[in-house]
Amino acid sequence: MASAPTSSFVLSQRHLLGIEGLSPADITGLLDLAEEYVELNRQVDKKRSNLRGRTQINLFFEASTRTQSSFEIAGKRLGADVMNMSVASSSIRKGETLLDTAITLNAMHPDILVVRHKASGAVELLARKVDGSVINAGDGAHEHPTQALLDALTIRRNKGRIEGLTVAICGDVLHSRVARSNILLLNAMGARVRVVAPSTLLPPGIERMGVEVARNMREGLDNADIVMMLRLQRERMDGSFVPSSGEYFEFFGLDQQKLGYAKADALVMHPGPMNRGVEIDSLVADGAQSLIREQVEMGVAVRMAVLEALARNLPNA
Amino acid sequence: MRDAMRQDHRPLLLKNARLIDPSRGRDETGDLLMADGVIRDSGRGLGRPDGAETIDCAGKVVAPGLIDMRAFVGEPGASHRETFASASQAAAAGGITTIVCQPDTSPVIDNSATVDFVLRRARDTAIVNIHPMAALTKGLRGEEMTEFGLLKAAGAVAFTDAARSLMNTQVMRRALTYARDFDALIVHHTEDPHLVGDGVMNEGELASRLGLMGIPAAAETIVLERDMRLVALTRGRYHAASITSTDSLEVLGRAREAGLAVSASASINHLALNENDIGPYRTFLKLTPPLRTEDDRAALVAAVASGLVDVIMSDHNPQDVETKRLPFAEAEPGAVGLETMLPAGLRLVASGEIDLIALLRAMSTRPAELLGLEGGTLRNGAPADLVVIDLDTPWVLDPLQLRSQCQNTPFDEARFTGRAVRTIVGGRTVHEIL
Repeated sequence: MASAPTSSFVLSQRHLLGIEGLSPADITGLLDLAEEYVELNRQVDKKRSNLRGRTQINLFFEASTRTQSSFEIAGKRLGADVMNMSVASSSIRKGETLLDTAITLNAMHPDILVVRHKASGAVELLARKVDGSVINAGDGAHEHPTQALLDALTIRRNKGRIEGLTVAICGDVLHSRVARSNILLLNAMGARVRVVAPSTLLPPGIERMGVEVARNMREGLDNADIVMMLRLQRERMDGSFVPSSGEYFEFFGLDQQKLGYAKADALVMHPGPMNRGVEIDSLVADGAQSLIREQVEMGVAVRMAVLEALARNLPNA
Repeated sequence: MRDAMRQDHRPLLLKNARLIDPSRGRDETGDLLMADGVIRDSGRGLGRPDGAETIDCAGKVVAPGLIDMRAFVGEPGASHRETFASASQAAAAGGITTIVCQPDTSPVIDNSATVDFVLRRARDTAIVNIHPMAALTKGLRGEEMTEFGLLKAAGAVAFTDAARSLMNTQVMRRALTYARDFDALIVHHTEDPHLVGDGVMNEGELASRLGLMGIPAAAETIVLERDMRLVALTRGRYHAASITSTDSLEVLGRAREAGLAVSASASINHLALNENDIGPYRTFLKLTPPLRTEDDRAALVAAVASGLVDVIMSDHNPQDVETKRLPFAEAEPGAVGLETMLPAGLRLVASGEIDLIALLRAMSTRPAELLGLEGGTLRNGAPADLVVIDLDTPWVLDPLQLRSQCQNTPFDEARFTGRAVRTIVGGRTVHEIL
């Protein structure tokens, strides 16, 4: 039987809508709590009862496999009743039913809502209409806080620290909520953050978010401890943002040669799902320096920590 | 409501007012007498004619009624958003005595029968003056110009494709050329739709932080710059419908220096607010064109003060809950503005950014001159369309008290000082706060 977590960390807010608004102490508290769940998840009996009686609804307006299953497993391991609602974006007319859905679900008294939506700000909008806690599982190009937390946990476990590391975030930063949440978290924790992308995939004013900007991999990966690759959507490599997937891979795809620009002990990350041969070469993705599988493992632990920390705030907790 | 538009023949004397007449640059204490729907006399110590009603306006401003050069009214086709009745009630409460409505209705106001419908409908239901702009191109499709001559004769005061930009330069050139023969004013929304793309707010750091796609100021400047070339080529009469950026002011300034017949409007939203007011995805501040930076806002106010930007308009655009309570990127752009244009303008006066007379000129005299309307002046013989303004009383905007059918105001719960306390159209009081 697994022991109860020793951390008594409580998140000082009702929802987790983004990394923005979290203090370094909040982040450290969540990571420490997650660390305990990493150990739990490796045991035979992974089941706990911290969320017994609680109802968790995973409301995904945008298709997702790994994030949704990760939240589902996290909730179930903590003893919550978990329900998945996948609202295929084609079957509803855009966000029109977003607030109606929120109000309807709220009437069923869920304690925790895990929400993903393709529009930036949509999760925050929904959070205003419900009584329970809301976790942002990704809103448009805005934030994906649990991804940044799991990335941070992965980095901390492998490098022993976050502060002082040089992290290169490479690829479609413009459309990436993962990049935004990571920039906010890594900056808050004292890392040096660099974004590397062709100029068409960089958000205007990004340098004012406290990052260095590089427009080629040699410069961008120079002396990096962590190389974090981002997914490039197929529809953005047909000439609209970059001329072709071939050209993109040639200049920005991570292969062994480009990885050589980084530190010898640099580690490679990717939030998934990967486009092998587009932004990352299979040899690198599956290679010795890759942390990609560990990221998935940390995902469950981090989400358990977030669920637990928010649940401690819920009424009658 | 036909009675509402009937002129009041009984003389009305406003006493001891601060009379501000931007058309003559006057700001002086005195009385103003109106009868039979027109201004009869103004000056110090006017006698009270027999049967005249007298109102003491000590401590208050009396100015020409405001003329709002750009407001969307939902008739025909979208009366759930706004009707001439509701829009005119809102206008009256905001000191506006003339609304210039936009042609992006359903059907589009692109033929004289629809102009006629609008004018008749307005006459029967509105308590302020209504003049329509007609479409610049048939169906707002940007392909063929409308019947400028017939439309103008029917009562259209200018020609515009509303919030659409005409991207076919050949059509724009011909329209400017042809319009010249009818002394028709072309009003153009300058925003390159390709550069706007998926953009929903001003491009820059804030949009990047919010994860929203940006619209560069160049989307506006490029079209404006192109239009200046076409105006130079055609010598047509041109008005930029809603400019927002410092760069556009520079383009406009150069065109003026070159002697082109070019004028411009700025919306009260772009003069009173900036992109930071969007805060946590407030969709009531999602506008077309988008709110820009504080530097742009300040430069725009200075340009109104100097006269480079001629007109302040409300850009009134009622949107109901279903189109606004959505994620930011999915919400419709637009804000109501008829009731808040003057109070928000008075804020700029209070903060010392613009003189009261310059503000009132941009809200009355200049639109009247550009559109060829009577009004915008306190001269004898002008229509008795007036606003009495209290500059001193603080109040808080309660959206539920708005007369407009929609409550999508960016000034939700805002604190204002000063407002219209009496609005007079054709000598008849249509709004009054006791």
